[in-house]
Amino acid sequence: MELTVTTAISLAVILPLAGTLLIGMSDKRPNQREAVSIITSLALFYLVITIAPAVFAGARPEVTWFEVMPGLALSFEVEPLGMLFALVASGLWIVTALYCIGYMRGNNEQHQTRFYMCFALAISAAIGIAFAANMFTLFIFYEVLTISTYPLVAHKQTADAKAGARTYLGILIGTSIGFQLVAIIWTWALTGTLDFELGGILAGKIDPTLLPILLALYAFGIGKAALMPFHRWLPSAMVAPTPVSALLHAVAVVKAGVFTMLKVGVYIFGIDFLAETHASDWLMWLAAASILIASIIAMTKDNLKARLAYSTVSQLSYITLGMALATSLGVMGGAMHIAMHAMGKITLFMCAGAIYVATHKTDISDMDGLGRIMPFTYGAFLIGALSIIGLPPLGGAWSKWYLMLGSADAGHLIMIGVFMLSSILNVVYLLSIVARGFFVPAPRLASVGAAAVNPKGGIQEAPLLCVLPPVLTAIGCFVLFFYAGEIYDLIYPVAFPGAAQ
Amino acid sequence: MLSSILAHAPALQTVIPLVAAPLCVLIGQRNIAWGITVLASLLTACVSVFLMMETLDGSVISYHLGGWAPPLGIEYRVDIVNAFVLFIVGMTGALVAIYARASIEREIDPDLHVYFYTAYLLCLTGLLGVTITGDAFNVFVFLEISSLSTYTLVALGAGRDQRALTASYNYLIMGTIGATFFVIGIGFLYMMTGTLNMADLAERIANMGDNRVIRVAFVFILVGIGLKLAMFPLHLWLPNAYSYAPSVVSVFLAATATKVAVYVLLRFAFTVFGFDYPFQAATLSWVLMPLALIAMFAMSIVAIFQSDLKRMLAYSSVAQIGYILLGVSMLSKPGLMAGIIHLFNHAVTKGALFMAVGIFVLRYGSSRIEDLRGAGRTMPWTAAAFVAGGLGLIGVPLTTGFISKWYLITAAFESNDWWLALLIVGSSLIAVFYVWRVVEALYLAEPEGKPAVSSAPLSMVLPTWALVLASLYFGIDAELTSKAASTAADLLIEATQFDSPAEPAKAVPGAIGAAANGE
Repeated sequence: MELTVTTAISLAVILPLAGTLLIGMSDKRPNQREAVSIITSLALFYLVITIAPAVFAGARPEVTWFEVMPGLALSFEVEPLGMLFALVASGLWIVTALYCIGYMRGNNEQHQTRFYMCFALAISAAIGIAFAANMFTLFIFYEVLTISTYPLVAHKQTADAKAGARTYLGILIGTSIGFQLVAIIWTWALTGTLDFELGGILAGKIDPTLLPILLALYAFGIGKAALMPFHRWLPSAMVAPTPVSALLHAVAVVKAGVFTMLKVGVYIFGIDFLAETHASDWLMWLAAASILIASIIAMTKDNLKARLAYSTVSQLSYITLGMALATSLGVMGGAMHIAMHAMGKITLFMCAGAIYVATHKTDISDMDGLGRIMPFTYGAFLIGALSIIGLPPLGGAWSKWYLMLGSADAGHLIMIGVFMLSSILNVVYLLSIVARGFFVPAPRLASVGAAAVNPKGGIQEAPLLCVLPPVLTAIGCFVLFFYAGEIYDLIYPVAFPGAAQ
Repeated sequence: MLSSILAHAPALQTVIPLVAAPLCVLIGQRNIAWGITVLASLLTACVSVFLMMETLDGSVISYHLGGWAPPLGIEYRVDIVNAFVLFIVGMTGALVAIYARASIEREIDPDLHVYFYTAYLLCLTGLLGVTITGDAFNVFVFLEISSLSTYTLVALGAGRDQRALTASYNYLIMGTIGATFFVIGIGFLYMMTGTLNMADLAERIANMGDNRVIRVAFVFILVGIGLKLAMFPLHLWLPNAYSYAPSVVSVFLAATATKVAVYVLLRFAFTVFGFDYPFQAATLSWVLMPLALIAMFAMSIVAIFQSDLKRMLAYSSVAQIGYILLGVSMLSKPGLMAGIIHLFNHAVTKGALFMAVGIFVLRYGSSRIEDLRGAGRTMPWTAAAFVAGGLGLIGVPLTTGFISKWYLITAAFESNDWWLALLIVGSSLIAVFYVWRVVEALYLAEPEGKPAVSSAPLSMVLPTWALVLASLYFGIDAELTSKAASTAADLLIEATQFDSPAEPAKAVPGAIGAAANGE
């Protein structure tokens, strides 16, 4: 039987679900369970790859599952932004699946079966979001993603974990039902459709004075984009085991948020309509403020994962800002940043996890001199950090480049300043970690919990499965620099709808 | 043969459980009584499905009890509005009957089991009768049959908790006041029009124009029914009745009794008084809507602070009735449709939740949240059913709760009441709090001590999951429910349908005498 593209779309959503069941059935056999997890991730990536050529060639394969209410169907349509997001999420899942094994076993975590099951479920939801053909389908998978990641955040079941998970669920469900659902139904009442259409569906259907309000309902309703002041859930989610922070809270969940933001901007509002009405101007300023404030908070955090979380909050607003600029180049930069930031940030998180597995250290001030002991981990961390700062020849350079071009194009030169300032802040809070690791000698009296580290030096890395994945993604940061053209070509028809016709 | 039986389907709807009820006492064997109850309720459910299928296209079945033509005789009049409610009552009735046997095992003294089944069947008869009849006074009679048997059913909870007696007594007083108000209202109507047939009433009231007596009648009926359907602030009987009644009774009442009362309100408000009756419109939008909104918020917040699961669900029910009334009080077709669809969706969701709680009560002997810590591991299926139902209450996509909220919010936007939309989502967010407290207790808390808990009996788990699956199915494919609700809303709004004579093709003279008529 030949695998058609439409079958592949359905399978890509179902396959991780099947994986969830199989993982559940392998409860008592850890090796089998983790083999299922890796095989599922490979198969999923293969499926996504089979869809890719058609989408690169300009096709928009679609498949409808069923109609829930008249006019509202659960259906999928693969377009460039979704293709990019699916590639990023499924590709990085493979790396994370490997990393999970090293990390979870290295830490002797409890409830590992539940962990792997929820992980697979979350990926299924992410793919559903990526391929959704309308806002309704997207919303359904958005909520599935929230609920399936809740047990992952509460994983340790300590009081801290429960409190964090409560904040996580409270903010994500609260914003999505409180604002996003209202926005969606409002859109439905106005236009009678929720399908994603290039150029938007709202033009001419809504009173322009109400447009900023509707945009606000969407922008705050997409809580996963962590736009301030609804960003608190992301630092709270850091109580989760590090693989969760790495894949979900640097890639799948947060990117689902900004991806939705881009989708709404491009396919519901339409960037031309936004540009004409200036409805997104306020969002641009808010995103800019979010970038800078989050960066400054990041500098004050001593806990490594908390610092990375605030860095993520800041970087996510790059993408929101790219959409809010309402120019083609801004969308291009935002879309590219989905891939570039994902690759960089997952590297940083996996390094943080590797440090934790090897030394059980979580605070940056305890990490003096660690770079000499864990050179591979710190090397990968350095590369990831440089990519996020936006230094060539690393992937992050391109997205920042296009975002700045977009700012210039929109006539908001001050936004270029925001990006520059943010890069400098990135240097301060990310490179200082690396500098401490390499240049500050380890303290003579090892702090509590670091007894395992030999202060005399000698390489003492985390288990191979914890170190290899960040090294791979660090290499990925280089590769993305050279393949940014492919992403540009992929996104081009979406960002420049006029030119494509 | 079958077709000649089906011609009498409207009568069979109430006659089957009515005849089965005394049989239970006469035989006096609790196992046989259970068998009779299950059989009777299954047959009843089949009849209700048949009636729903017959009327889904908007047609009306008029059935003359005993062959006496209305307005003198009693007419059973089935259109999609009440067929939909009959369907809800019939289906839950059957599931509850199956569920009951294992559930009452520990909660009710075995000697009283036959009386339980009798009272249950009578209650079922009453609720079905209220729904199916087209005669205003007959509504009162059936309402009393169902209410009196409900007081008995609630009082049977005394085996587990003595407070059931006061709860039942309280309900008796309140319920009687409600019924009295209701019958006074009907009296006024009879005085003015000289008829009790609803179709006839509608016609004569429409010709009479606005009139102070009609207004008084309307208010009496509204308050009387408001007590029965636990409209805020007339809900005070409900939390105690639901908490102390035997679990299976809570399931049945939560899923059906209040829904039937809402139906009566719809029928009287829109069919009898007419959709465009200005006094009613003012009352609904200036009195009912604020009360519905207060119920949605106040009762949800109260639910957060309950330590007993049944009580929490009871308060949540009052809040959910607020949603239904809100939809109704919007006075538009989308709003009405949202209210009707939530009638069904809430019945399914709340039924599943109470059933899950009933299983907890059976195994843990308690429905207090703190006693159920760690139940997610000891009773995975039941706990999962509870979570699925809870997600439905919140209105998470792919559950029926989401469909209801979707229609309700759409209705708010279509009448340009965007602030209503915000209030609706605001109150459903409160549900996140009270549901999640339970989820954390079930899954994340460590159990105190070592409760020796065996898995639940299949006869309870299966009906629970039947309702859970129904709530998921109708959340994924809402075609049937939205079609039924949409047709029902159309019928209620077109008051003119009663001006035309009933279709003669379907009017069948009944062979069986009137069930009860106090005229």
